[in-house]
Amino acid sequence: MTVNIKRIPKKKFLMPGNAACPGCPETMGMRYLKMALGDNFVMVIPAGCSSVIQGIAPRSGIYAPILNIVFAAGASAAAGMKAGFESIGRKDVEVVVWAGDGGTGDIGFQALSGAAERDDDILYICVDNEAYMNTGIQRSSLTPYGAWTTTTWTGKREHKKNIPLIMIAHGVKYVATASVGYPTDFIAKVKKASQIRGFKYIHLLAPCPVGWRFDPALTGEIGQLAVKTGLFPLYEYENGKFQLSPLARRYKDPSNRVPVVEYLKLQGRYKHLINKPEEIKKIEEYIESIWYMIDVLEKAFNPKEEARKLLGSL
Amino acid sequence: MVVKTLTGNYAVAYAVKLARVNVVSAYPITPQTTIVEKLSEMIEKGELNARMIRVESEHSALAAVYGAASAGARAFTATSSHGLLYMHEVVWWAAGSRIPLVMAVVTRAIGPPWNIHVDHQDILDQRDSGWIIAVAQENQEVLDLTLQAFKISEDPRVYLPMMVGLDGFILSHTTAPVDIPDQELVDSWLPPRRQPYIIAPESEVVMGNIAPDEDHFMMRYSMAASMEAAKKVIEEVDKEYGEIFGRSYGGLVECYKCEDAEYFVVIMGSWAGDAKKAVDTLREQNIPVGVVRIRFVRPWPREKLLEILSGAKGVLVFDRAVSMGSTGILFSEVAQTLYPLNISLKGLVAGLAGVDVGPSRIEAEILKFIKQAEEGAIYTPTEWILPEKYAGRYPSSPKEVIAK
Repeated sequence: MTVNIKRIPKKKFLMPGNAACPGCPETMGMRYLKMALGDNFVMVIPAGCSSVIQGIAPRSGIYAPILNIVFAAGASAAAGMKAGFESIGRKDVEVVVWAGDGGTGDIGFQALSGAAERDDDILYICVDNEAYMNTGIQRSSLTPYGAWTTTTWTGKREHKKNIPLIMIAHGVKYVATASVGYPTDFIAKVKKASQIRGFKYIHLLAPCPVGWRFDPALTGEIGQLAVKTGLFPLYEYENGKFQLSPLARRYKDPSNRVPVVEYLKLQGRYKHLINKPEEIKKIEEYIESIWYMIDVLEKAFNPKEEARKLLGSL
Repeated sequence: MVVKTLTGNYAVAYAVKLARVNVVSAYPITPQTTIVEKLSEMIEKGELNARMIRVESEHSALAAVYGAASAGARAFTATSSHGLLYMHEVVWWAAGSRIPLVMAVVTRAIGPPWNIHVDHQDILDQRDSGWIIAVAQENQEVLDLTLQAFKISEDPRVYLPMMVGLDGFILSHTTAPVDIPDQELVDSWLPPRRQPYIIAPESEVVMGNIAPDEDHFMMRYSMAASMEAAKKVIEEVDKEYGEIFGRSYGGLVECYKCEDAEYFVVIMGSWAGDAKKAVDTLREQNIPVGVVRIRFVRPWPREKLLEILSGAKGVLVFDRAVSMGSTGILFSEVAQTLYPLNISLKGLVAGLAGVDVGPSRIEAEILKFIKQAEEGAIYTPTEWILPEKYAGRYPSSPKEVIAK
């Protein structure tokens, strides 16, 4: 699906004076969400940065009806809302969960897995800023290897949990990865997801200037570098078919990738390891493992005969 | 009108069906499970036109019905014991949102050790949350209270969620004849869903974002005011229900042989039946005693209790739940209510984890209490009726264990 920028609604989705930090990727993402969906949707927001970004009641800095909900209940409250709308004859209302990486991969994971398994007709968007930013930059299971946080002072020792892959393993209708660095790609994916009935999951990488320690002017650029270095491949999984997103395909070839150091050196959270070749090597090996996985997924979820053979031999 | 032999759990399910609930969500836990099983069957057979969300936990069950209710649907869930404790966070969130909801709580002990039998520890753990909390004595009342819960919760003067408690196994799994009202009659009595707001694309409502401290404070204040208003609504609903369906229970509390009583038992739940039986026996011996059965724990029936008990010589409170480090939970509620009265007061903790306390034991405790009170006003906040197996080996007051 291609997105014509001229046709994107011009309506302002966020009010000036919302409570986001300068360079916030979540407000960028929310604008794109509204551009993709228009007006016929409601948002469910479990505890996180976006609970605060709305601003102070009774006003809100976001032009959307929102049900704020406790941390672990994003997916389940949304599933209930969708069922509620359907039960009173309003089948067309889109229910969108907008949750952080903690609300998705940690405390909210059980509810997410439950809604995915039931194939509840909701669009779940994980806005992944790779730590508990709202409470002051504590590590989550989605914090990458080596990153400094306020609970990993010498760098996290574990790799990032691969939630999109886990969602594919649930066999849901649609899974995609996106980055706020590529707005039209994200908008296209949201638009496509909204046309599908059943459970949809989009994992949106959201570089956080405060938590990642970079210049707030660079949010978009870092969102792109994550893709260009091969660290965060953009792809779609739809009804048993897997494909790399067009703008990410060239990074399958390692020679096209930007060296990962270019990405790491812009971020203060990697300051302590930038001069340690053995730490850089670990991150490079992680990139290799990610692309190995992509290769497997392309072969496994491929309509061609070759894939069936591969699956048969497993 | 149809009379069927129903378990307490099925009585809940029939009430939910009569209320034409739109969305049901629940997670299995003994002894609640057959409520959801029955509702699933009703929905799959097309007898109830509702959506069933088979969630992966109680936390999600309450979040799901809360979400459905926020979208404008009439929604119901049920749980028990650990399930209710697992929901606790959402219990508070739902009440604070002022979203009408109904939940059945099949009361059961909390572990460890694992135990599936009745006490009131689970439901009374929710008493500060802002839910209307009622507890039934028998299966007919279970059906009637569940049905009334929708009307009470959705009343604009209330707009608070409501739980209906029924004792695990004693009611949930024991059958009794239950009169099931006609659907047309229920339809004419129970108005369509009302709620303070819905969250929908056109509504532009944002629920729950950060509010100034003063506004948060005032939302608590407004909940307290609605709790007070609920007292009147509960009495009204009980009365009109009686006029239409032929059964009234006394509203916030039920009084049994109270008129000329000098001594009173305060009790809640199914064992109130045992207390009534004990009182019948004592009445045959011309002992002036009555039973005040707490039907609603929240809102707490302060005014009504003062009215009933103002001429009493003594009040004996039976508690099936204890606040560790303090007293039985009903006792502390009764004691603060009766503070203006100078009467004998005693609290008994008994029947935890389903340990049986029959009418004869209740009768003996009443006689003992009257004897103590007649010798001079007493104030005994906590004594425990120990299980027969351990009685005599341990003192009835935990305080004396340290002394030994």
